[in-house]
Amino acid sequence: MSGGVDSAVAAARAAEAGHEVTGVHLALSANPQSFRTGARGCCTIEDSRDARRAADVIGIPFYCWDLAERFREDVVEDFIAEYEAGRTPNPCLRCNEKIKFAALLDKALALGFDAVCTGHYATVVLNEDGTRELHRASDMAKDQSYVLGVLDEKQLAHAMFPLGDTLTTKDEIRAEAERRGLAVAKKPDSHDICFIADGDTQGFLAKHLGTSEGDIVDETGTKIGTHEGAYGFTIGQRKGLRIGHPAPDGKPRYVLDISPVNNTVTVGPVEALDVTALTAIKPRWCGVAPEGVGTYTAQLRAHGGETSVTAELVGEELRVSFAEPVRGVAPGQAIVLYDGTRVVGSATIAATDRAPANAAHSG
Amino acid sequence: MAYLDHAATTPMLPEAVQAMTAQLAFAGNASSLHAAGRRARRTVEESRESLAASLGARPSEVVFTAGGTEADNLAVKGLYWARRDADPARRRVLASPVEHHAVLDAVDWLAEHEGATVEYLPVDSHGRVHPDALREAIARDPDDVALATVMWANNEIGTVMPVRELADVAAEFDIPLHADAVQAFGQLDVDFAASGLAAMTVSGHKIGGPYGIGALLLGRRYAPVPLLHGGGQERHVRSGTLDVPAIASFAVAGVLAAERREDFAREVGALRDELVEAVLAAVPDAVLGGDPDPAGRLPANAHFSFPGCEGDSLLLLLDAQGIECSTGSACTAGVAQPSHVVLATGTDRDLARGTLRFSFGHTSTKEDVAAVRDVIASVVERARTAGLS
Repeated sequence: MSGGVDSAVAAARAAEAGHEVTGVHLALSANPQSFRTGARGCCTIEDSRDARRAADVIGIPFYCWDLAERFREDVVEDFIAEYEAGRTPNPCLRCNEKIKFAALLDKALALGFDAVCTGHYATVVLNEDGTRELHRASDMAKDQSYVLGVLDEKQLAHAMFPLGDTLTTKDEIRAEAERRGLAVAKKPDSHDICFIADGDTQGFLAKHLGTSEGDIVDETGTKIGTHEGAYGFTIGQRKGLRIGHPAPDGKPRYVLDISPVNNTVTVGPVEALDVTALTAIKPRWCGVAPEGVGTYTAQLRAHGGETSVTAELVGEELRVSFAEPVRGVAPGQAIVLYDGTRVVGSATIAATDRAPANAAHSG
Repeated sequence: MAYLDHAATTPMLPEAVQAMTAQLAFAGNASSLHAAGRRARRTVEESRESLAASLGARPSEVVFTAGGTEADNLAVKGLYWARRDADPARRRVLASPVEHHAVLDAVDWLAEHEGATVEYLPVDSHGRVHPDALREAIARDPDDVALATVMWANNEIGTVMPVRELADVAAEFDIPLHADAVQAFGQLDVDFAASGLAAMTVSGHKIGGPYGIGALLLGRRYAPVPLLHGGGQERHVRSGTLDVPAIASFAVAGVLAAERREDFAREVGALRDELVEAVLAAVPDAVLGGDPDPAGRLPANAHFSFPGCEGDSLLLLLDAQGIECSTGSACTAGVAQPSHVVLATGTDRDLARGTLRFSFGHTSTKEDVAAVRDVIASVVERARTAGLS
């Protein structure tokens, strides 16, 4: 229970369904004041109090579990290390994989609980043979299956998402919270990254990684500017390059590549961002790993759309080809594969194949 | 349901409920001069006299406050300010490291905001301050000590302090000693005059009285600087309209606590001994916290550390079985931290995470002990599987 409306309603629904529910708020910072203050995010004393209040109204026991150490090791340090390596991580997936459905789930199982129930919008389907499938939420607009794509079948077997299987808009969830007397009904949605207090990711990274001046170069390798740390950029980024003079052809320039080794950021035209294929590592499957070449839809970021792909697992590497080139694909991001609404699995993007530059121009 | 958290709060005695509800029906500000005021005043003063008698104090030494926390703050801050104002050299505050947060945080606040130097007195492995330690600390420079504060008995591990001996040492140097006797009242022979203390804190809801009322027993020669300024009630030390129903009820509970103390101590002491035996038999590696000698600990207190367990896990599992107790430690944003008391006794940090305090009271029965005996082994085993996160 983060202290937000979704997890409060999820807990209330689970309790109403007859489950023995205990509310748990994860304390993810050793020093809560150092994290976000105010109503957003999930790491403040205020949020913990809101969660406790909701649990009291629902009539369930409530505990704060201190997973700050695990969170720091598995999520925050990984986040920093990934940026340092020139990649763009998604800490929410990481948290689901390592904290909510690992550290928290393991402790819960040991204490005699059967499942971790969260306010995520996604659906678990129980097959006749006892296996489980993870599906998109009934309401596509609210679907959060992307950030759960890291769960394997064992984790899924102990996951409950009471908000996923009903067609419920957020307004209706808020109305339901209100009806249930939950004071969090009007609390604003959380977004951004919970452990970055002010939402300033660049500032956070600068604090942890320091500044290190390097070159901004164009596609030919010609230096056209400087930056204060390659980690401050994301592939596909257009704003904040501060090059100062336009490209010769007057077209906007985008970050094409980040090279932490020589601290160089390469920029170029939007066409050069087109990715036709990628290789992803550390695959995780919601069920058995697929064999051979398959056709799927893929999602590349939390609020991104779907795109058609063919994918094949070669050893421990997932090789993906896009039916149409896609833009803004950065190593470190997760690719989640779907078969219809079913989550097949996910992997971390390691390398991308760009469309040949002349092809983009001639096209 | 087995309620074994009487040190947190204990149900009100029927007599105290009756005294309180009877007074709630009357209007009257004890500071008013008219008949209603006189009636209220009389109730307050009679309550003050009976409470004083039950604590071996003079009526004029009873300063009513809104609870133990306020009384602790008044003693620590008020005496510090008064002594420092009289002589700016007096800035050293001597405190035991096992104090309740009402004292500990007040002392730390003085250090952060009022130029105090805080010196924590050494304690032994039972959390006890020895008179020699106090003497050594004072003797290093008797002129710069503002006050000393050592609780009468510890709220977590139940250790009883040698209050009389400590007060004798303080008196030798003419330094005021305050003791938080919130847990001791009703369990030990708490006699303010005989103790030699300058100030002593007691609280209503720990002895079967109401919440929100307490008292600082304050020797007449001491005039702490008030925390609250206003109408000048309570020797000008604690302003605020007197809470007549709470005071009347507190006094009734106080008289009964003193009257019944020996029987109560014997009865809950027997239950406690039974519980300790049962827990140590069921969980052989459990460690009894505090003084194993019953003479050296509160009769209603049992405190254990369970290796490899998170206190929170134990609490959750016992709660699910209808057993209500406490880890004994304070919370930060709801997250249990290893107790400063347990750490001060030299217990290692991991062991200090797996503590439970069971505390008995006037409604405790053998069934409560049996409830714990039945489940403690399986609860500890399960909590151990969950481990230390």
